[in-house]
Amino acid sequence: MPPPAVARDHFHQAVLATPFHARTAALNQLNLWHRWRDHTVADAYFDVGMEYNAIRNSCAVFDLSPMTKHLITGPDALAYMNRLVTRDVAKIKPGRVGYCLWCDEAGQVIDDGTIFHLRESVYRLCSQERQLDWLMASKLGFDVGIVEETNDVAGLAVQGPTSCAVLKALGLAGIETLAPFALRTWPFAGTELTVSRTGYTGDLGYELWIDPAHALALWDALFEAGREHGIRAIGTMALEMSRIEAGFIQAGVDFLPADRAVRVDRTRSPFELDLGRLVDFSKPNFTGRRALLAERERGSRYRLVRLDIEGNKVAKDAYIYDHRRRHIGVTTSFMWSPAAKASIALASVAMPWGRPGDELYAEIYYQKELKWSRFMARCRVVEGAFYDPARRRATPALDR
Amino acid sequence: MTEPGPIVIIGAGHNGLACAAYLARAGRQVRVLEAADQVGGAAVTRAFAPGFKVSAVAHLLMQLDPAIERELRLSSHGLALARSGLATVALASERAPLVLRGGEVLAGDLPQADRAALPGFHATLRKFAGFIARQHGRVPPRLAFDSWRRALPAAAVGFDLRRLGQRDMREFLRIATLNIHDVLEDNFEDPLLKAALAIDGVLGARLGPRSGNSVYNALYRLSGGGASALPRGGMGSVSAALAAAARAAGARIECGTEVREILVREGRACGVVTAAGAEIPAACVVSNADPRTSLLRLLGARHLEAEFARRVQHVRSAGYAAKLHLALGALPQFRGLEPSRLGERLVIAPSLDYIEQAFNPAKYGEFSPQPLLEVTIPSIHDADLAPAGRHVLSAIVQYAPYELRGGWEARRAEFQAAIMAVLERHAPGIGALVQHAELLTPVDIEREFRIGGGHWHHGELALDQFMMLRPVPGAAQYQTPVPGLYLCGAGCHPGGGVMGSAGRNAARVILEEH
Repeated sequence: MPPPAVARDHFHQAVLATPFHARTAALNQLNLWHRWRDHTVADAYFDVGMEYNAIRNSCAVFDLSPMTKHLITGPDALAYMNRLVTRDVAKIKPGRVGYCLWCDEAGQVIDDGTIFHLRESVYRLCSQERQLDWLMASKLGFDVGIVEETNDVAGLAVQGPTSCAVLKALGLAGIETLAPFALRTWPFAGTELTVSRTGYTGDLGYELWIDPAHALALWDALFEAGREHGIRAIGTMALEMSRIEAGFIQAGVDFLPADRAVRVDRTRSPFELDLGRLVDFSKPNFTGRRALLAERERGSRYRLVRLDIEGNKVAKDAYIYDHRRRHIGVTTSFMWSPAAKASIALASVAMPWGRPGDELYAEIYYQKELKWSRFMARCRVVEGAFYDPARRRATPALDR
Repeated sequence: MTEPGPIVIIGAGHNGLACAAYLARAGRQVRVLEAADQVGGAAVTRAFAPGFKVSAVAHLLMQLDPAIERELRLSSHGLALARSGLATVALASERAPLVLRGGEVLAGDLPQADRAALPGFHATLRKFAGFIARQHGRVPPRLAFDSWRRALPAAAVGFDLRRLGQRDMREFLRIATLNIHDVLEDNFEDPLLKAALAIDGVLGARLGPRSGNSVYNALYRLSGGGASALPRGGMGSVSAALAAAARAAGARIECGTEVREILVREGRACGVVTAAGAEIPAACVVSNADPRTSLLRLLGARHLEAEFARRVQHVRSAGYAAKLHLALGALPQFRGLEPSRLGERLVIAPSLDYIEQAFNPAKYGEFSPQPLLEVTIPSIHDADLAPAGRHVLSAIVQYAPYELRGGWEARRAEFQAAIMAVLERHAPGIGALVQHAELLTPVDIEREFRIGGGHWHHGELALDQFMMLRPVPGAAQYQTPVPGLYLCGAGCHPGGGVMGSAGRNAARVILEEH
């Protein structure tokens, strides 16, 4: 394997700051931080509820610079991407973004992410987990260049009903015509600003990508533009709320990345994560295809379900039972949803349970003033997102 | 779901030819495409100097599958032996040579204890080798027991193992993974005897006597019964007989047709493209090439899943053995050796430490300054190989690492001089008899015989690369992950050596599906 293109000296520092750290640190009144891969990021700045409200009611800004990014280029870039992921990458045209996942040969999901088709034969793959090892291992026989560029691209998620208006005020002419999962560049302060209409909130929103040297200038201009539109920096806690409401899964939470699993049966296939639509068997080859074909024949072991849970208690790490009180699964993500006005959860249950209309129960333990109680809450299987506003997809986007 | 067209076999090595013969006998239309201008692959007789011919890679026939000999009636297709039951002569410069045939000592000085222990030791190894031999003719079992039918082959292997009896099964399991040095030290005293027996554990492999898997290699070599023979006309006559059997059954064999690529449509192997650019459609494609060449070069990793491609890439298949051919003006004289024994299998390695020390530099990308040799002079038994009164000497020389520091082009002469110095010590004056010499390094073997890495066995014979692990899980039953593409070469179970079982087993699998 050739040496990495860029020698890095990150190991001198235990934790890195993101290119926006000077601004996020100044705003972080709670001084709440956690580590996302190599970087420190804010859990919350001032009040999680208010930050959540910014996502749903005005404009929220989230520093997603630590997102793992790889640039994949070369004559075989498309062929390579198509062998890597389960969906047909040929359908993601230049200027488009596609959600995807990739599996090992047992058909178990390693990670999910987004493919940015920047230009002909140039793809950026974004994922939560580090993937260089897997990407390099998959490279044999393909004429592609693979560069880890996590630290070379700064990213901000700008999400919420006024996000389009904010970006318009920032000077991104025509931003309202950018369709969901589309990608476009604008000149910005002497550099290039790439904007994709993507996000992890299930709302109208964008992700902004820029050279880290211009990161602070972007932040300042953005907050200036958003002053009249309720702009607010948000941490991961508020983002987490919106992603559960949107029904999105997260690696390490709703599924265990297959390359990290030690025990059998701990991993999940795309079908078992309710992402069968991302598996395209019309492609003659991709890693995991044979195993997934066999699974389609044989049937899956698990099903990911979205549950609307009776009552107002959060079904934290709750066992799920069938109508005969047999243990059939567990919740993996859970919250009280302000938007749905319900206790909601993502859960993994054994097949065949989890069909709409199935009678399921969540075993919830909760305490009031140190006294613990148990509650068997009836669950309703919900199809699709818990919260799915029309503005999320509307084009031209809401820009006032 | 058979497509129209013939079954195309890439490569007319002996396994490809055996496979072709069985498929054609079963009524299938078969086309064998061979890049070289004669059949045989590495089981070939070819001229290396005017009037001098030699078995170019494999030079002793030890393991040819008797079922193939019988079923394909190879003797009626011209296979004959110039000499069988060769003895092994262990040469040493300061003492009389030791002459062994199986467990029998024909000549030489040995301590009484060694003389007494040898027959029993040999019989035990033969018994264990017999267990290995019984697996040769079988398609390796699968480890995924999703049905009773699929679990049966594994049960059969277990049954065979149990049939050794409790005491022998335990001993087999004990020594199978050991190194041959330790096993020999446990049983014998005489250094020359131990070295002579150890050679079988390391020949053709990237192993020294102290390396794990060397006992397995020795058992593997013994699995043909332990007797070595010289086919009349050299090793090429085995291939010629197989080719004749295949042709007689209706197979078409085309030499000088190199395959550049295996064609895949909608995930299925459906033909090949020749180096000349011709597309040849096929009902299915069978590759006799080594696994890496077949799957990564001719097919291409893009048609495989990532982990599978990576496993193929990591098959240990770098050759460590070279081949020396000498055209001699007259028979050489080896020190202390009666001229009547000159036609036996001569080995040069006086002690276990000599072999280990020869191996040491190879670990670091250097050739052995004092290599070990397995020498035959086949022209003694087969006059057609050399002009009257003159002779050919064929020697396997170790160790010659495929990846040599400085590269083989620059250092070939240096290695050849080192080999000649060893020969000269045991056969003074041999250098003066040499009229022509040819040294085939692993790099030459790779180039001439199209074996990636130049490993005769298309991959190390080792417990982690045998049976259902050979060449890699997912292709160990001759099928590959790509429907319509099969492997039939030495890279598959049971492995290398001129045996033919891989081709025969592969044909059985292919016939079930086509």
